[in-house]
Parts: sequence; structure tokens; C-alpha cells
Amino acid sequence: MRIALFITCFNDTLFPQTGQAVVRLLERLGHQVEFPLEQTCCGQMHFNSGYQREAVPLARRFVHIFAEYEAVISPSASCVGMVRDAYPRLADLAGDAALRADAEALAPRVWELSEFLIRKLGIEDVGASYPHRVTYHPTCHSLRVLHLGDMPLHLLRHVRGIDLVELPAAVECCGFGGTFAVKNADVSMAMLTDKVRHILDTGAEVCTSGDNSCLLHIGGALHRQRAGVRTVHLAEILAATEERPA
Amino acid sequence: MNIRLQPSVPFERAAPEALRNTQLRRNLARATSTIRAKRAQVAAELPDWQALRDAGARIKEESMRHLDRYLLQLEESVQRAGGTVHWARDAAEANRIIGDLVSARGVDEVIKVKSITSDEIGLNDALASRGIRAIETDLAELIIQLAGESSSHILVPAIHKNRAEIRDVFRGSMNLPDLSDEPAELAEAARLYLRRAFLRARIGISGANFAVAETGTVCVVESEGNGRMCLTLPRTLITLMGIEKVIPAWQDLEVLLQLLPRSSTGERMNPYTSLWTGVRAGDGPEEFHLVLLDNGRTNALADPAGRQALHCIRCSACLNVCPVYERVGGHAYGSVYPGPIGAIITPQLVGIEHASSLPYASSLCGACYEVCPVKINIPDVLVHLRGKAVRHHQDEDGIRGKVDPENAAMRLMAAIFAERKRYERAQRLAQIGQLPLARGAITRLPGPLAGWTAMRDLPAIPKQTFRQWWMRREQR
Amino acid sequence: MSAAREDILGRVRAALRDIPAGGESDVPIPRDYRRHSDQSRDDVVDRFATRVAEYRATVRRVPAGDLPAAIEAILRDRNVRRLVIPDDLPAAWLPGNVQALRDSLLSAGDLDAADGVLTGCAAGIAETGTIILDGGSRQGRRAITLVPDYHLCIVEEAQIVDLVPEAFARLHDAAAGGRPITLISGPSATSDIELRRVEGVHGPRALDVLVVRA
Repeated sequence: MRIALFITCFNDTLFPQTGQAVVRLLERLGHQVEFPLEQTCCGQMHFNSGYQREAVPLARRFVHIFAEYEAVISPSASCVGMVRDAYPRLADLAGDAALRADAEALAPRVWELSEFLIRKLGIEDVGASYPHRVTYHPTCHSLRVLHLGDMPLHLLRHVRGIDLVELPAAVECCGFGGTFAVKNADVSMAMLTDKVRHILDTGAEVCTSGDNSCLLHIGGALHRQRAGVRTVHLAEILAATEERPA
Repeated sequence: MNIRLQPSVPFERAAPEALRNTQLRRNLARATSTIRAKRAQVAAELPDWQALRDAGARIKEESMRHLDRYLLQLEESVQRAGGTVHWARDAAEANRIIGDLVSARGVDEVIKVKSITSDEIGLNDALASRGIRAIETDLAELIIQLAGESSSHILVPAIHKNRAEIRDVFRGSMNLPDLSDEPAELAEAARLYLRRAFLRARIGISGANFAVAETGTVCVVESEGNGRMCLTLPRTLITLMGIEKVIPAWQDLEVLLQLLPRSSTGERMNPYTSLWTGVRAGDGPEEFHLVLLDNGRTNALADPAGRQALHCIRCSACLNVCPVYERVGGHAYGSVYPGPIGAIITPQLVGIEHASSLPYASSLCGACYEVCPVKINIPDVLVHLRGKAVRHHQDEDGIRGKVDPENAAMRLMAAIFAERKRYERAQRLAQIGQLPLARGAITRLPGPLAGWTAMRDLPAIPKQTFRQWWMRREQR
Repeated sequence: MSAAREDILGRVRAALRDIPAGGESDVPIPRDYRRHSDQSRDDVVDRFATRVAEYRATVRRVPAGDLPAAIEAILRDRNVRRLVIPDDLPAAWLPGNVQALRDSLLSAGDLDAADGVLTGCAAGIAETGTIILDGGSRQGRRAITLVPDYHLCIVEEAQIVDLVPEAFARLHDAAAGGRPITLISGPSATSDIELRRVEGVHGPRALDVLVVRA
């Protein structure tokens, strides 16, 4: 199976360790991963902020770059949601029937990491070890766009040594929302305050999630507050082993 | 210029102020979490809840797709049953029609059932300017009216008031100096005050939840009994209805009247639902006037991606589940229609350029879509309207649109993402450019991005991007 | 025909330009929700009684032979002297210890001065604990079950259905015939004061229901 890694622009630039973890994990599971260097950004920020005309060329680039792979994996539910859910709408907006056809053909082959592991590879125990107290924040895209449910929790429960504690009010939005975090920073922060409170109430050392965008926002507040809790992407926990801890 | 639908202060300025109102925050959090839990429980009770949502969504879609046919059918059915149908293109026309009907009957006082549509057109003020007093008979609307304020929630308009505040309002306006703040006493005071009005009123004015084209039946859903009073006792009944409220068939009510009470008050059924058709000799009003209102609904209808906003059955489930609404309340939206549904309806009624901040009053979390009983895809419409706002600004706002800093930044980012080498160069520039800002973490960002670092840190940009690591690895 | 009417219809038609012409319904409405109950009659009547009682209405179940005595006892307990009744109320239902005000367009003031009203109903819905009036047999006009402060409603078991769609199917002819219909689910209530449910605003503050077994 030809697998391509779709790293996402912000992981590429701000969280390279998440990409490295995905590669290590898939290789450990016996798969070869390719990284098409032409990739840049799926266009989600532009699309969601209303710059949809500007997002069209990015969508066309994307479907072209990844067209030949059997599986395109990404450690970001929101970017996968953009490709699967929004690209057809974007194509309609542009009146581009060819883009719509390409997007629809590609969509079933684009996977978020945890759904790839569970649904495509049929694996729940990836042989990970992570002896820390961890709480999991499900993102809005994972719950309501991709409908991943608690698949990531299934993966986490098999991690050796992990002390997994449930996050209260987990399904509530953390307040990131892309440009919302900047355009409506006060409201974003009010929402984040409650999310941070719930995280601190768990007594966890680590807050994990399937999306670094939420973790950037949550971790940003935890760091500012000197709360003594750090954020780690799900992929990095799953890639950690006794021999090679995260 | 409709002051009830056009925010005079953009959301991003109104919201921070609302966030600082600690009593509002407390009232809202308690109220919305209470209703949220009730709604979830009664929806979960029905094994066919999703099937009902599917049916409800299609009924509303069908109504909109052939709206002209159903409006004509409704008109004919109502007339056949002895009612009169009027058509109003905008708020001013609706106010004139209703004012004329009241004046022509020599009446200077009317009783009203809650109707957000009547708030939308500013009916009470319009009648007042003609010397006609409109008495609000819903307890919350009465409280708001006596306090001289405006509603902050579709369903629970006085949600921002606690009982002590309500007691104070009643003590003053009903001349009850010894009134306590016990809810039962407050309700009794309102009951006696209004009963006198009910028994003497000659004209009642209502809105409508639904109107059935097939039979001409109009439906009003309520809890207190004031609706039944206004709909039954006066000699003349005037009903103001947005054209989007029409539904095709009697049978469709069996779906919508299951979805609405469970989604709005979290009950299996609300206390009273009134269904009437035209006039009925010996039973209720002798005259019935139905005023059909456009006031921008045909604008929404004309947008295939936006028209689903007209499916709304005014349950307010989206308000109760929205993390933004829960923290800022209704007034911050600057429209009689607040919250998630307000953010997509208001700009379509008045034009995107008059409410361009509203589609951005959301983190796109999608909780609203999950609970909407008729499956309006609110996040999709929000993004669609953001697109309209941006394109309008770019195309219609002349030089301001072209040199807008956000626009310039977005176009620059798009150009960077369009080409691999440009993108990689930009990454290297960011790694270098952050050096003055970064000390382990970035604590201060410039310009429009300052909002981020006002309250959050940012990790320093790593010395090696993922692709740099990959390329090095591939060379080995 | 008014200019406003033509303008609005014109705008509607122009707005729907993207809808295929022909005017026939093209969106099939999926009716996969429950439309017929699979519950036993006993369970349906039980549920009706339970759910109506949850709204703080008092529910009693009686065999048909005991109905007049039950009515008399309840009205005595409730201290009802002046009782409004619809014109076609069965004589057997009327106890001797009340002053019956047979409704022939009693004024609102007269209704307000009465102690209560006694009627039958058109149907009941078990799932939602709802009583339905359609102005038909033994119900009278709407005002008499609205203005008096107390309503005693007689519901026959055969009138009770389980589901909302079953009730609406039964009511179709009444609606098509222009009869006004009222759905009553408990006494009146408001949650407008700090979301605390307060019973008894307008409309009858007390509701008693007798469910009659044939």
C-alpha cells in the first residue's frame, strides 16, 4: 500500500516531532511512508475565514499532489475534514466539476491517523509505552465532522503504563476555532479558561489530542499560567516505546 | 435600515464587554446548562429521534422549494375558512397594515402573545406612535416591557434577569410595594395584572409557529395560557407570520410538534398548543387577519447555500448549546435573532454588509448542528456567509477592500502556499525572524496577532521543520 | 389583488430560479419515524395516566359505572359549586351538588366567576400525556376550558392513543373541517423566573383527569 503522509502546514513548521512520530509509528507497524515534498497547505484557514476564492488553487494543488497514493494519512482531524467534507463544496463554489470529481475520488483514501489505525489496519494495540498520567481532549472536528467517536481512546487504553483519566465536559469546544482565536480573542479565552480548568481538575501531567491546533491553544494557556501540565499529540504517545520514550 | 436586525456595534467589540458582566455569565451558564440537560434527556427518550429530524428537515426543505405554491394554497385555505390574508413586503408595511386594522376598529389597546417576528418589525413602537398600547402577556415579555429593555434569548427573553430584579420591576409598575421575590408570588402578581387585560381586550395579536397550507390551520405553541387567552377571547385576532412558517400538510405537524417542545423547553410536550382555522361561529374571534411578512426572507431564499436558515422552527436549542452564546448572551449579537441561528439569519435578512461580524461570532464547533431539530447545517452556512462577507469587502468596498491588512495577509499566505520553494523560504524566514521574539517561547506577537499572545504563549518555531528532517533522513 | 402580494410572490419565484420547474414535490419526505404503536392497550392507558400525572394534574381511573359518583366526589373535594358545562354534556355526568352553568355563550366575566368546568375530550396521547379538545362532542367552545380556574376532564380509554402521529391522523378531519383544536399537557406553567418551573399562570391552574374504563 502506497502511503503518503500529509503533515499539514502548521505541523510541518511548528510541530515536526508529531510528523516524526507518525513516521516512526507506521514504520514500526511495518509500513513504508512517503512524503510528497510538493505539499504545503490544504487551504482550511482560508476557506474557513471566508477567503474561499483563494483556497481553490490550494485544493487543486492538493488533489493533484496526492492523487496517486492509496492512503493519505494526517495527524489532524480538522485538515482531513477540510479535504473530505469541504473540498466538494469548494469545487461547487468555483464551478469546477473536475475538481469536484477529483476531490470525491480522493476523499475515501484520506485518513486521520487514529481512524487509519483502527478502521483500515484493524489495530488497537500499537505496542506503545507511555508511563504518565494523561487526559484526552476530543476535538470538535474529530467528533462532529469525522465522527471518530472514542477511537483515539481505544488506542490510548492499550498504551502500557499509561494512567488515563477522563476529561470532564470533554466534548465542549476549547475555543480555538482558527482565526476565531485572534478575531474574537476574548471569547476564545473565556472558553479556554473552562477547558484548562477541566484539564487541571484531572490532575494529569499531560493533555493529549489528535490535533495540534487545539493543543497549541490549550498548551499556550497552560504554559502562560505555569500550570505544570504539558500538551503532547496523540501520535507522539503512540510512537513512544520503552526503548524509545517520547 | 432595520435597527432591530442590524448590529450597531460589531460582535467583536460587543462580546468582550458582555464577558465582563459576571451576573449575566452566571445566569446564562446556569440557564443554558439546565435546558441543555433536559433537552438531551427527552431527545434520548425517543428511539426515532433521528428519523424525526430527517423528516423535519425534509418538510422544511420542501416548504421552501415550493414556497410560492404553499403560500397561495395557505391563502386560499384561510380565506375559505373565513379569514383575511394580507401581504407585507417589509416592516413598515406590516406595521401600517396592523395599525390600520386596529385603528379602524376604534381600539387603542391590544393584547399580544410573544412573537419575535413582531419584535423584528418593531410593532409595539409603531403602534405606540399611533396611540395604541400593546400589552405583552408572556411573563418574560411582560418583565422586559415593564423594565423597558429588549429580549436576550429567543425562548427565555428575561434569562438575563434574576428574581430580585424581576420583583423590583413589578413592585414599581404594578404598585405592589410588598411583593417578595418568590417565583410563585411573582407569577401570581403577573397573573392578576394580566387577567384584567385579557377579559377586556377586543383585539389580540399573535405570531405563528406554523401554518398549514392544506387546511389553513395556524399553530401557536406556548406554556402559560396567555396565548390561548389572546387567541380565543378577543373579537378580532391578527396573526403576523414570516412567510417561511408555512408547511405543506396537516400530517407534517405530527413531526414538528414532537421536535419543537423537546428541543426548546426540554419537555415531552409544552402545556398548550392552539390550532385554529379562519373563524368558527360561536367559538373564538369573529374576525381573523393573517399578515404574511417578507422583510428580507426572499433574500435568504434566493441563496441556495443560505436558504436552509429559513428552516428554523425557533426552538433555541442552538443557543442553549453554543459555547459563545453561553458566555456573551443575546445582546452582543445586536439582533432580535441571536446565537448561532441569528448569526446566519440576520445577515441574510439585512444584507451581509450590514451584519458582517456575525458569521465570525463562532468557533465552528458544530454543537448547534448536532442539536438542531431540523438539521440546519449552521457551520456550513457560517462559512458560506464569511465567504460572502469577504468577497463583498474585496469587490464592493473599493480601495478599502484592496488594502485591507487581513486581505493582504491572506493573499500573501495563499501565494506562499501555492509554490513549494516560496513556502520553504517562508518557513526559514519565520525561523530566523522569530529570534527577537523568542526566548524559549514567544510571549509577544505584533499587530493583529497580538490577541493570541495577550493571553497565551506560543512555542518557539523549531530549528528544523519536518520536511528538513525528512530530506536529511532521505539523504542517508 | 394587492401590489405587495404580487411583489412578494414575484420575489419568491425569482429566488427559486434554481429549483426545477414543474411545481411537483421533488423532495420525498422520509417518514421512518414511529407512526403506529406496538404497545398493548393496557400499557398505553397506563402510560397516559402516569404521564398526565407527571405534569401535576391529578389522574384517577374508574370503571364507567362509577363515573358519576367519581365526578361528584372530586367536585366536592375541590369545593366546586358553580360548574360550567358544555351544552351537550351527558345528564348522567352531572352531580346534584353543583350549580350547572350550561354554556350558551356565557360572558368572559361569568366564566371567570365560575369555580370550574367539566368536559369530555376528543383524544389523549399517552407518550406525551396530552389531552386534546376539538370543540366536538361534550367539549364546548374553547373559552370554557380556558377561563375557569379548574378543569375536570373525562377521558375514555378508547380515546387514548400512544403516539403523536396517531393522534394527528385522528384529528385530520376535524382540522380540515375548520374546527379549532387545543392540545393540553398539564396545567399552565412558566419557567421564565430563573428557570424555576412555576405552575399556574393563566389557563386553569388545576387539572383533574378521570380515565374511564368501558
